[in-house]
Amino acid sequence: MSEQNGMNLTLYVWRQKGPNATGKLESYQAHNVSPDESFLEMLDEVNEDLIKKGIEPIAFDHDCREGICGMCSQVINGVPHGGQDRTTVCQLHMRSFKDGDSIYIEPWRAKAFPIVKDLVVDRAALDKIIQSGGYVSCHTGGVPDGNAIPIPKKAADYAMDAAECIGCGACVAGCPNSTAMLFTGAKVSQLAALPQGKAEAAQRVREMLKTLEECGFGNCSNHYECQAACPKGINVKFIAKLNREYMKSIFIK
Amino acid sequence: MILDGKCPTGPIEKTWDKHRFDLKLVNPANKRKYKVIVVGTGLAGGAAAASLGELGYNVEAFCYQDSPRRAHSIAAQGGINAAKAYPNDGDSIYRLFYDTVKGGDFRAREADVWRLAQVSNNIIDQCVAQGVPFARDYAGYLDNRSFGGAQVSRTFYARGQTGQQLLLGAYSALSRQIKEKTVKMFPRTEMLDLVVIDGVAKGITVRDLITGEIRVHMADAVCLATGGYVNVFYLSTNAMGCSVTAIWKAYKKGAFLANPCYTQIHPTCIPQVGDHQSKLTLMSESLRNDGRCWAPKKKEDSQKYPGDIPEEDRDYYLERKYPSFGNLAPRDIASRAAKEQCDDGRGVGPGGRGVYLDFQTAINRVGEHTIKERYGNLFEMYEKITAEDAYKRPMRIYPAPHYSMGGLWVDYNLMSNIPGLFVLGEANFSVHGANRLGASALMQGLADGYFVIPYTISGYLASIKAGDYSADHPECKKSIDDVKANINKMFSIEGKKTVSEIYRALGRVMWENVGMARSKESLEEALKEIPKFREEFWNDVNVTGEGGDFNQQLENAGRVADFLEFAELMTRDALIREESCGGHFRIEHQMPDGEAKRDDENFCHVTAWEYKGVGNAPEQHREPLKFENVHLAVRSYK
Ligand SMILES: Cc1cc2nc3c(=O)[nH]c(=O)nc-3n(C[C@H](O)[C@H](O)[C@H](O)COP(=O)(O)OP(=O)(O)OC[C@H]3O[C@@H](n4cnc5c(N)ncnc54)[C@H](O)[C@@H]3O)c2cc1C
Ligand code: FES
Repeated sequence: MSEQNGMNLTLYVWRQKGPNATGKLESYQAHNVSPDESFLEMLDEVNEDLIKKGIEPIAFDHDCREGICGMCSQVINGVPHGGQDRTTVCQLHMRSFKDGDSIYIEPWRAKAFPIVKDLVVDRAALDKIIQSGGYVSCHTGGVPDGNAIPIPKKAADYAMDAAECIGCGACVAGCPNSTAMLFTGAKVSQLAALPQGKAEAAQRVREMLKTLEECGFGNCSNHYECQAACPKGINVKFIAKLNREYMKSIFIK
Repeated sequence: MILDGKCPTGPIEKTWDKHRFDLKLVNPANKRKYKVIVVGTGLAGGAAAASLGELGYNVEAFCYQDSPRRAHSIAAQGGINAAKAYPNDGDSIYRLFYDTVKGGDFRAREADVWRLAQVSNNIIDQCVAQGVPFARDYAGYLDNRSFGGAQVSRTFYARGQTGQQLLLGAYSALSRQIKEKTVKMFPRTEMLDLVVIDGVAKGITVRDLITGEIRVHMADAVCLATGGYVNVFYLSTNAMGCSVTAIWKAYKKGAFLANPCYTQIHPTCIPQVGDHQSKLTLMSESLRNDGRCWAPKKKEDSQKYPGDIPEEDRDYYLERKYPSFGNLAPRDIASRAAKEQCDDGRGVGPGGRGVYLDFQTAINRVGEHTIKERYGNLFEMYEKITAEDAYKRPMRIYPAPHYSMGGLWVDYNLMSNIPGLFVLGEANFSVHGANRLGASALMQGLADGYFVIPYTISGYLASIKAGDYSADHPECKKSIDDVKANINKMFSIEGKKTVSEIYRALGRVMWENVGMARSKESLEEALKEIPKFREEFWNDVNVTGEGGDFNQQLENAGRVADFLEFAELMTRDALIREESCGGHFRIEHQMPDGEAKRDDENFCHVTAWEYKGVGNAPEQHREPLKFENVHLAVRSYK
């Protein structure tokens, strides 16, 4: 496996010691990279090299490495998750690069996502948005049978399309205004589509949008970069739905 | 010592209801005075923290990821079981109970399994109420699919992302409690020790993963819901951060660890391609509803293009060996069958470690469109990793470490032998025996979190005085000092090996000797090798950076150090269990046809290990298992 037949790449990686330190791009070489490796496995090997050279390895977030936990978060050559259609960076494979390529690797950049270290950012603001209303206030126990309220397949499918969001924050990183409207719209739309979520719909959308603003996210000006950046292909129609739900909520006090 | 699981007696159907009634309650006005720590916010911990907060307890919850929404429960694909019997196909609570006891190869407690089956239906109702978008039919009713080890359709699912949707449901309930301030959430915080005062669990010592601060959190009770330990094999379907650390630290403080040798090797994972590989990816068991497993009959065909191998030269080995369950044979059986094909030189793909999972028959029957609707995201995931189109050529699959049935020993109340320490979800040993059936881990996590712990913990709390602890206790200082000393020791080595190098080597030895097939020789070999890796780690590892900082090398080093100790206990447990059962296959103990040979006479018990200090052999305790409802029988799926 280890014959010299892999790719050689030049990486420019954002290094930043902590939230208040100044960061800069450092250049590193990745040698003999197999096309079957994932992008993060390539970084693992670069890190092994750095450790052997006495340089601190690159910090980056990751966990499941199968595109579902939403932990991995890197802007590659200017595009969140590297720009392959509906692919997180952990699912990006090196076969989409070629020998001699230069690759720029940076963290999510947004006012609401302060940098923790190198490529790692703090996304607590997304949790805050959910905490302000992204749920149905049902108690544990004391709920009706799962089949008591039929849900039309179309509504269930629509809710599922929205619910596929993995909360990675690529939509924010991809947006010129750093807004979290797609993230918020997906949750609002999922719950608004289901009978269980309707009772609290008006209050939910108001509270979530208020929190979104307080957390320092920007406003949507219809660039649709969020949908392009989303590794789950969450559709911008959920932003339109968010706006409609908000308009409706103004009339329901 | 003979352990007592404190299971209720009497007719099994009444056990949980009666027990629930007998448990003491905490007065609503007093609940606020009790503080409960929940470590882990996956399905088990997330559901527990949310439900306990809602009841009015003062909860602190912890996870190592940056958000509770990212626990590895998120990765579960296939579905969750429940005994709703919506399809009218003969299912019942009793049947789910029966299938689970049998599926676990008669190595679990009947009463615990009964309770699981009983509350399974509440889980579905709860999740629907939360807005979990389960799959539905055109009339708007919940849809079901089949999973291995069952002849009924009882699995509820949300496309290929059931775990994600269930976890987001629990996360939403948790978020609501965080807003209500009944739960305080500590993400990016790792538990590194359990604080035990006068024999009772009273707190944990944690490291703040951002600032590096080491501190103690005290409480009236501690719940661990920290997931499984199969990352001891290095390559597994678990997330990179999954570790044995939390339960191992509890073990070293006196909690018994039960059946560590019971690990599940999942039959359908994408085969390994190279040495760079950092994890293995599961292809959901639900695929076996429509996929047919086969290997070439002739060795010389194994490197041929699969489409060029004619029907008569293919061995659909599961259908041949297990005609009544066919491709839906349970996991342990399907994994061993795949290994057999490869050991026989008929494996496919790189290194001959693979068999085919073929959808052609199903595509011909229901059309590519329907298959896409059922499993589209899995086919996509497969293509991203392998660059192959599984609609055109069969998937290549191979077994991989996936789940740990073993875990901390708990009684019927989910309390360990240390009073005040409760263990939930994959981290405990309770219901799956020696083999877990598909779609029943999600069920167990949510059962423990939503419907068991809220009752059983009150029985304990009602018996103690609230707030009877102090962070000034010498045990707290000692715990902090020990954690700090361990970290400093790792930094001070400044050796030449990276953490990953040692970890990878450990994983290889574990997979080869303590993996799918185990023998006295292989286990003894592992017991010789493991201490060498430990020695290498503590003499020659290089942990870079500093402690007072965000430092992933340090996090990883700590987890690997624990695996290096745990691996030995797991191997030892496999060595003394001189039988084959479920996921534990000892090649010395097999039937003439290669099936697992259980020894009920000598091994119908749980083995629970007690830590006896550095350098001393751990002590073995037993809990005998009684089967009064499902009669001990040879497990047959033929
Ligand atoms: C790929 C995959 C697919 C699966 N598919 C299915 C399926 O279809 N059906 C099914 O029933 N089961 C399935 N399973 C099994 C099931 O998902 C798990 O067993 C279950 O979700 C475990 O839940 P848990 O809450 O016990 O642990 P986890 O979800 O793993 O959560 C563990 C929690 O503990 C925290 N933690 C761990 N250690 C520490 C520490 N030291 N300090 C602080 N926090 C810590 C983590 O941050 C996390 O929050 C699958 C498993 C995998 C890996
Ligand atoms: S690491 Fe989980 S989505 Fe990438």
